[in-house]
Amino acid sequence: MVNYFKLIALGLITFFALIAANYARDLAYLVHALIISGVSFGLFIWVLRGMGTVKVHAQDEYMDDVIRFGVIATAFWGVVGFLAGVFIAFQLAFPVLNFEWAQGYANFGRLRPLHTSAVIFAFGGNALIATSFYVVQRTSAARLWGGNLGWFVFWGYQLFIVLAATGYLLGGTQSKEYAEPEWYVDLWLTVVWVAYLAVFLGTVIKRKEPHIYVANWFFLAFIVTVAMLHLVNNLTVPVSIFGSKSVIVWSGVQDAMVQWWYGHNAVGFFLTAGFLGMMYYFIPKQAERPVFSYKLSIIHFWAIIFLYIWAGPHHLHYTALPDWASTLGMVFSIVLWMPSWGGMINGLMTLSGAWDKLRTDPVIRMMVISVGFYGMSTFEGPMMSIRAVNSLSHYTDWTIGHVHSGALGWNGMITFGALYYLVPVLWKRERLYSLQLVSWHFWLATIGIVLYAASMWVTGIMEGLMWREVDANGFLVNSFADTVAAKKPMNIVRGLGGVMFLTGAVIMCYNLWMTVRKAPAKAASLSVAVPAE
Amino acid sequence: METYSLLREFADSWMLLFLFVFFLAIVLWVFRPGASKEYRDTASIPFRHDEKPATNEEART
Repeated sequence: MVNYFKLIALGLITFFALIAANYARDLAYLVHALIISGVSFGLFIWVLRGMGTVKVHAQDEYMDDVIRFGVIATAFWGVVGFLAGVFIAFQLAFPVLNFEWAQGYANFGRLRPLHTSAVIFAFGGNALIATSFYVVQRTSAARLWGGNLGWFVFWGYQLFIVLAATGYLLGGTQSKEYAEPEWYVDLWLTVVWVAYLAVFLGTVIKRKEPHIYVANWFFLAFIVTVAMLHLVNNLTVPVSIFGSKSVIVWSGVQDAMVQWWYGHNAVGFFLTAGFLGMMYYFIPKQAERPVFSYKLSIIHFWAIIFLYIWAGPHHLHYTALPDWASTLGMVFSIVLWMPSWGGMINGLMTLSGAWDKLRTDPVIRMMVISVGFYGMSTFEGPMMSIRAVNSLSHYTDWTIGHVHSGALGWNGMITFGALYYLVPVLWKRERLYSLQLVSWHFWLATIGIVLYAASMWVTGIMEGLMWREVDANGFLVNSFADTVAAKKPMNIVRGLGGVMFLTGAVIMCYNLWMTVRKAPAKAASLSVAVPAE
Repeated sequence: METYSLLREFADSWMLLFLFVFFLAIVLWVFRPGASKEYRDTASIPFRHDEKPATNEEART
């Protein structure tokens, strides 16, 4: 019966998307309407062919197939995002790479949001969805709630990524950093996100453990807060229902403040809280010992979520924003240093008594260095939020270096660690294909990040000093183009750092692929008959 | 009084106090007597039920 409603709905969506394509006022909207009609028509055929078959959800098994897809998507989007990053890094060093024939589609301005969204939302987002589904099932001792809703979340999120990415290239963007997708893509993400919250919360509610493990608290804070941020920062009115252009309801400095309230909490809750959820599960599992202090983890959680939400104004020092607001943001950013380091210590000290594993297990080494980078960037961030420091660092490459030491070091490395943990477990393999390749990945990625961050410190501070240099008469000494010319060597080093990081990720993909193909199957799983799903 | 000033005044007085006291209460609650024993059990949740969900009989309350 449900399938008939699905068929009607999918048929209607296909029909209306084709009408929308016909009336489309701009290219991005046209392509999106065609993508949506194609996808819903494909789903229509798929539902039609599956009529009569009922998918059974065995409650005595974990729902792992959607997580396997999530792991593959994470690795795939990771490589895509890193590749885009490497390319635009070289575009900055060698402007000729902004090819004349691709002008308007593949120049830096169009590819840059593609890179940021691919790494944050496609790579990071898929990693968060996959690991949260894994962790919430294991720590609740219950199968994922909602049956096929988990699949809807996964595929719905992939559709969001494709719509966002194609939109950027074709010019469908609302020009808000990390919130570039236009109104209909935002609406779709809202639907997917509500489903995600329902699946996650449903599983927590039917848990068989009396307590909610701390990792789930972090995941839940991430899901709820991102929903709130997304809604408030995307309150737009479309100019036409047949066009991608929309106008935000906020204006002027309020708009700027809402944007950076969103932007900084995307860092705080997407890239920090969610990934801390990963840390609190995968580090104890890989180290085979419980978290160092559970009390500290609770205080860590509440301190992080109470403080992060106020830190946004530090993005708007020396702007039209009132001084009191930017001071508030600065103070909260500095206070935030405490819980961040509390969490870092909690992660690191989980290894106390097992430090020898660092010598033998490159996966735990990866997780430990990710926590190390977390500590480093959460020290650097509060420092850069101080108004006096910010007057030098703002708008320079220092900011870009800071973001990447956090994103590549903390988010990237903890995700790689989680993938190395998950693949043998999910595909029921005895071990990884090659630990030596993990070591290669570890060192390539680490040296790559060091090259990246170091070159950006140098070029950022240089740039900041050049911009503010005045001669005896008070005239500026350097033109903007002078700073661009002076940055060239550092831009090349940064690109090379990116190449190393990308190479490491490709090695990881090969290693994970070979783990599934070649590593010996887990002995226990051979003796137990696995019922077909 | 206009809405902005009203909310602004409320935010930096009662709401601030509420959030601060709430946070302090959590910290105190975490260190309540008997917490260590309970948290030792909670912290070991990841080491149970790796393979499959708990059955109703196994469910802990």
